[in-house]
Amino acid sequence: MAGPDKGFSRWLLATNHKDIGALYLWFSFAMFLIGGSFAMIIRAELFQPGLQLVEPNFFNQMTTMHGLVMVFGAIMPAFVGLANYMIPIMIGAPDMALPRMNNLSFWILPFAFAILVSSLFMEGGAPNFGWTFYAPLSTTYAPPSVTFFIFGVHLMGISSIMGAINIVATIFNLRAPGMTLMKMPLFVWTWLITAFLLIAVMPVLAGAVTMMLMDIHFGTSFFSAAGGGDPVLFQHIFWFFGHPEVYIIILPAFGVVSEIIPTFSRKPLFGYASMVYATAAIAFLSFIVWAHHMFTVGMPLVGELYFMWATMLIAVPTAAKVFNWITTMFKGSLTFETPMLFSIAFVFLFTLGGLTGLMLAIAPADMQYHDSYFVVAHFHYTMVAGAIFSISASVYYWLPKWCGRMYNETMGKVHFWIAFLGFNLTFFPQHFLGLAGMPRRIPDYSIQFADFNMISSIGAFIYGLAQLIFLFNIIRTIYFGEKTTKEQTWESARGLEWTLPSPLPFHTFERPPSIK
Amino acid sequence: MDGDNKNNKIVLKLSITALLMFGFGFALVPLYDVFCEVTGINGKTESESYQGKSFQKDESRQIKVQFIARNNDAMPWFFNPTEKTLMVNPGESILTYFHAKNPTLERMVAQAIPSVSPGRAANYFHKTACFCFEQQPLSGLDSIKMPLIFVVDPDLPKDIKTITLAYTLYDITDKAAIAPDNKAKVSMSSRDNDFLTRRD
Repeated sequence: MAGPDKGFSRWLLATNHKDIGALYLWFSFAMFLIGGSFAMIIRAELFQPGLQLVEPNFFNQMTTMHGLVMVFGAIMPAFVGLANYMIPIMIGAPDMALPRMNNLSFWILPFAFAILVSSLFMEGGAPNFGWTFYAPLSTTYAPPSVTFFIFGVHLMGISSIMGAINIVATIFNLRAPGMTLMKMPLFVWTWLITAFLLIAVMPVLAGAVTMMLMDIHFGTSFFSAAGGGDPVLFQHIFWFFGHPEVYIIILPAFGVVSEIIPTFSRKPLFGYASMVYATAAIAFLSFIVWAHHMFTVGMPLVGELYFMWATMLIAVPTAAKVFNWITTMFKGSLTFETPMLFSIAFVFLFTLGGLTGLMLAIAPADMQYHDSYFVVAHFHYTMVAGAIFSISASVYYWLPKWCGRMYNETMGKVHFWIAFLGFNLTFFPQHFLGLAGMPRRIPDYSIQFADFNMISSIGAFIYGLAQLIFLFNIIRTIYFGEKTTKEQTWESARGLEWTLPSPLPFHTFERPPSIK
Repeated sequence: MDGDNKNNKIVLKLSITALLMFGFGFALVPLYDVFCEVTGINGKTESESYQGKSFQKDESRQIKVQFIARNNDAMPWFFNPTEKTLMVNPGESILTYFHAKNPTLERMVAQAIPSVSPGRAANYFHKTACFCFEQQPLSGLDSIKMPLIFVVDPDLPKDIKTITLAYTLYDITDKAAIAPDNKAKVSMSSRDNDFLTRRD
């Protein structure tokens, strides 16, 4: 097999899983910075009560675009990138099963997001109806750019589905002899389940935006009561996609953390089988709890009770996972390198986010919390401290293996502590704001919320700064990092990726490894 | 090659799954409707005239029926119930009216959408005649008295003492214009009114 092409065609025509993984990761970092700058605008406006910097309509565009870009552009592609990079070498495969489709599923994404972000410059502005795009806000009252938004969602959905099919095919067909399903690293397991979730619900999202398209342009009335439709129907369809979607985001994070914590605890993962079953249980439950996002639409009592109890049930497998991570660390020989710091912070902060999730699951209490900053705090504890922290952890963990150079540990730790501080400063006060009654998605607020909002904004700027340190550390590592050729970057790391040389050669496992 | 075959099989199966799930998204539309109909949640009442069995008047209790009339969004009509509340016996057929006036100078078409709360009562609230079963065209400055005949089912759960019937009035002039039987009339009248200024 040949080496990589020269120049840009190496990337445009990439079929190598490592190149495509790197493309995904860089793309998601770019999106992370764009989505982050939208968040900076939001927090700058909310620094003080009153309208200072932006128009309310532009503020709404910012909250919408921040959510869409972060969920679909930053977190999901980052995990797909990690999957592309790591899954083949974790299961002893030479590449992904469908390399050309892999190329296509990546290269759709820049176009999808170019379409989405360009809507900011269109007449009437970008989508302003929130990342959940509830009808009729996204149909009757939407800006004209909604059609571009719909097309963008279609494209990123196609990309996700193709990526998921590729991952399933790789895991089912390309495992090295002896790599049985129950010997697979947990990251591979969580991604296998995530891929099935993606294949099941991304088409439902595509259906929802297609119905919007038909309502807007072809005179149908799926979501319009005047024509016999029902706006609540939109929420049901959206959350039938939306709840599995949040597990699509968090399950690979579980996988990453389940790789890192054993390494730095110098112990094998506690309860491997229970981790697999817990992941599958969470994935199953994600399909039957969607209406807990809609407790206030006027459901009958039986509906409220069912969705409340079913939602609380999710705490059981999730708690089993948290228990396993803690038990893995228990009596281990712990060291606290940057990936471990991010992973421990993940366990701690994600559990906090899970706890507020349980609070929100209580239907009568949710009547108070619904659409308040408490919800914003809750899902940022799961999305940021959950997904983003675990992505940071995995980049530090595998970067020396990818590029054969060691990152600067001190700078990594500085990044961690600034991010940890900034994150909690931003989002912890938002719990109090929400409980005190501050609604989400507003550009202005009553003055009693002023102090906590100022703290929150300062925290957000600090958290934003931490990401620049992260970017700097990565680039510095790639070009100037201390060279390392050790196969085993971390002394007790297990898994096939640590049997390969550093930096990873362009082609790996052309002959399958033997697995004991 | 054997590997290619295995890959093709998985791709085919998963692509079909994805397509089926796309279809399932659309299937959710009727499924939710069926679910709401069977369980009577969502406050949806029957969309056609009630033709079921007639009832015995239940003298033992009275139900308070409240009427609410409201306009959707920019709908300019005046829309009110002639009676805001009625005390009715279950099983008794009641006639009441809603009043609507089109204050604009143009012919418009409206559609009223009913909703019953509590949602549980929706299956026990039968309408034998309702203006909401039809579109309501109204020329500019005209007004209309619209009848509603309903009967409350004597099987209504005992704990429900009050039923609220809310109508939301939608402007469907644009949509009604698409329907062929209305097309000629609507376009005629809008041409007639071209020289008049809009009052909105």
